[in-house]
Amino acid sequence: MLAGYPLLSLAIWVPIIAGMLVLATGSDRNAPLARWLALIGSVLGFVVTIPLYTQFDALTANMQFIELARWIPAFNIHYHLGVDGIAMPFILLNSFTTVLVVIAGWQVIQTKPAQYMAAFLIMSGLINGVFAAMDAVLFYVFFEAMLIPMFLVIGVWGGPNRVYAAVKFFLYTLMGSLLMLVAFIYLYFQSGGSFEILDYQRLPLGMTAQILIFIAFFLSFAVKVPMWPVHTWLPDAHVEAPTGGSVVLAAITLKIGAYGFLRFNLPIAPDASHYLSGFIITISLIAVVYISFVALAQSDMKKLIAYSSIAHMGFVTLGFFLFNSLGMEGGLVQMISHGFISAAMFLSVGVMYDRLHSRQISDYGGLAKKMPIFAAFFMLFAMANAGLPATSGFIGEFMVILSAIKVNFWYAFLAATSLITGAAYTLWMYKRVVFGNITNPHVEDMKDVSPREFSFLAVLAVLILAMGIYPKPVTEIMHASVNNLLAHVALSKLP
Amino acid sequence: MNLALADLMPLLPEIFLLTAVSFILIFDLFLSDARRYITYTLTLLALLGCGWLTFTTATGMPTYAMHGMFVDDMLSDVLKLMLYLTVAIVLVYSRDYIRQRGMFQGEFFSLILFATLGMMVMISASNFLTLYIGLELMSLSLYALVALQRDSAIASEAAMKYFVLGALASGMLLYGMSMLYGATGTLDISKMAGVLQQGLGNNVVLVFGLVFIIAGLAFKLGVAPFHMWIPDVYHGAPTAITLFIGTASKIAALGFVFRILAQGLQSLSPDWQSMLVIMAVLSMAIGNITAIAQTNLKRMLAYSTISHMGFLLLGLLAADINGYTSAMFYMLTYVLTSLGSFGMIMLLSRKGFEADKLDDLKGLNQRSPWYAFIMLLLMFSLAGIPPTVGFYAKLSVLQAVVNAGYVWLAVVAVIFSLIGAFYYLRVVKLMYFDKPYDHHPIKPQADFGVLMSANGLGMLALGILPQPLMAICAYAIGKSL
Repeated sequence: MLAGYPLLSLAIWVPIIAGMLVLATGSDRNAPLARWLALIGSVLGFVVTIPLYTQFDALTANMQFIELARWIPAFNIHYHLGVDGIAMPFILLNSFTTVLVVIAGWQVIQTKPAQYMAAFLIMSGLINGVFAAMDAVLFYVFFEAMLIPMFLVIGVWGGPNRVYAAVKFFLYTLMGSLLMLVAFIYLYFQSGGSFEILDYQRLPLGMTAQILIFIAFFLSFAVKVPMWPVHTWLPDAHVEAPTGGSVVLAAITLKIGAYGFLRFNLPIAPDASHYLSGFIITISLIAVVYISFVALAQSDMKKLIAYSSIAHMGFVTLGFFLFNSLGMEGGLVQMISHGFISAAMFLSVGVMYDRLHSRQISDYGGLAKKMPIFAAFFMLFAMANAGLPATSGFIGEFMVILSAIKVNFWYAFLAATSLITGAAYTLWMYKRVVFGNITNPHVEDMKDVSPREFSFLAVLAVLILAMGIYPKPVTEIMHASVNNLLAHVALSKLP
Repeated sequence: MNLALADLMPLLPEIFLLTAVSFILIFDLFLSDARRYITYTLTLLALLGCGWLTFTTATGMPTYAMHGMFVDDMLSDVLKLMLYLTVAIVLVYSRDYIRQRGMFQGEFFSLILFATLGMMVMISASNFLTLYIGLELMSLSLYALVALQRDSAIASEAAMKYFVLGALASGMLLYGMSMLYGATGTLDISKMAGVLQQGLGNNVVLVFGLVFIIAGLAFKLGVAPFHMWIPDVYHGAPTAITLFIGTASKIAALGFVFRILAQGLQSLSPDWQSMLVIMAVLSMAIGNITAIAQTNLKRMLAYSTISHMGFLLLGLLAADINGYTSAMFYMLTYVLTSLGSFGMIMLLSRKGFEADKLDDLKGLNQRSPWYAFIMLLLMFSLAGIPPTVGFYAKLSVLQAVVNAGYVWLAVVAVIFSLIGAFYYLRVVKLMYFDKPYDHHPIKPQADFGVLMSANGLGMLALGILPQPLMAICAYAIGKSL
């Protein structure tokens, strides 16, 4: 029934147009209108993505929902959209997260709420574009355009050190992507004048060219993931961003980096990927082991979750470069699961921050007495973050560790240490914040979650549990695409 | 020697403008200060008339006039139409600014039109002598324009500097031309190209002349190491004149470069390519790094111009149709962006106050969210961030330079554009993240406001649909070179 509709274009343009409408409401006097318009826009943006899941053909690895139109004939650039099982779940995740972000910012954002909501809606559309683009220039346009709203979100509504964080975020990300642009232009000439990503994947390339292209893409996506040692922008950006900004950063934009590895690095430069896999695995393991210890030492909750995100994303890149289907699917499951869990963790910190205006662990303590419902939710999210079985956090990590054992015992051993350190830093923080006696008099005045807060925490709790108990709906859609990608990567592209 | 009327047809826009400017010059003498707006209207009408004439006499094929001294081809038509548009926008943006500063005089308008006439001659010249006449007509008018605010010490200094260095550059250009004449025996651009193609001419003399020509061109474009005048003149001149120099004269300079390098000296391209490589890298480095240290918006934009001209050279040094097209596209988008950026300074200025410091932009989002948004688009376009048109300009010159085999140069260019992104971001930061200290309402005249909004939104519109402008550039270059 819906097959004739340009579903992917809707997923991109509905939020962007809604964002422009919100922006048009103008001054702060119209704030209620802006908020409701943003909510309607974000829900509508999510609804239009649902058919992508229901009508998805899980049996094929081909691109689906394809849209193709000439855009810039001078350079043979097309408006070419399409998704496979790897990209599609992230469009849903992103559109869903946008709804949460709008609800979470409802009362908290009092300065220029229209601009705030509009920035998130426009960003949501652009991110959908990143996942749907099949043309390299189109991808690049979405990939960079997305930085502008995030830059403003961090800089305008962020914490005390927001300017530094915003500029650092922007320049770090831009540094990587500019080299990717040069790689695209090089591939454009090598492929005889095409910007189609699928053409690049078929293009035979020599080893030196592959390695240089791999490095160009790697720099761009490693910054985004972020991988050690180019991760330093993330704690700054996370800590200074408003809650909504942290949620989108952790839940979505980090995934774009990992997605880039699967869409560009592995298929375009498979030989270089194999050649450099030891290097990638090493820095992934450093992220998992070392960053977990860094997280243990944090006194700021947002910083702790930021470092925990880096460690969790280390699992993702580790899983990808093991070159087997269990590891790769494990990485993808970990990405989606981390999308839920990190969103939940940042929203929980946001709930506390709105009451006490502090992110310091030491300012809290004894929250369980005053906010029992919240403490229960936070417990579940903390457990999921630590990778407890029956939560989604467990599935991905377990799959990656299993597949690592097949490759090398020590990879698995080092990765598995994070099950201990992860539990340590998350639960220790939980203990210090929620249990114990109330030492800060302001905690006495804290009220339990409002219905608005309850709604988004409950939805996330259900999703985290559901995915932990029955992950098949997620894994089955990506199965064909992952196997196809692995078969492609296994073949040498050397001429 | 008899001049047939048909032989003058390609010159019609120039003849019309000369007549119009002579009329305006005399007519203005009989107007009182209160009626000066008539001069302003007549100036705009003169530009409109030129536009109409250029458009209707466009044939698509190169037509020569005055015994091959002058050519009317697609390249000249497109560049001239762009030039009229630019000058008209400059006039609308400047009107209140110059009125508040006592420069709303007949001289301003006639000098602008004389400079425009010089630019048109430069664009259409097909002989070195014609080129030089056009260049001098433009330059002398510009020197006078910079000095127009005669009780301003900084403007006089800028005019002096501009004049001395400009005269030096003209001298170098003339010397280079005489060398080329000595080597090839002709001043006609197409004949010279023919001679060079056959490999005739004394090579030592040719290269010697070429160096002087390149130095002169580099001065006029404002690329390092011949960039010294740019920051001082941009800073010292009244902003309306800075706007004019920074946009209209760049279009003329591009036409000038095309005529000399692409049409005349194409056969020598291996020799001039390597010079342009050095100048491109130097310009991008000096422009982008020095811009970071500026506190004055006009100076910052001046250094940004230097770096953008470095990027433009990337397209030129590819020395093929693809490269020239990309250079032209780069220049046209740069001119449009630059119009908006300098225009914004005038929009924020008022009587007795120059909004030319970076700090004057502080908190613009709170004073006027709309103009802050417009400026945001302009800055991101200068930084080359999609979805603004600046990105496609960058993409097109980068692909030209990669196509010419200089992948390393593309990498150097993107590294410098990353450095450049920092100071454009700082402008956005000042507008959006900082608190305003100046609370004067921002209320431009209706036409200024509408045009400025269209200018900013144009960055976005061209960024979403860049194809038409690219196609026009490709058509003009393809038909003419």
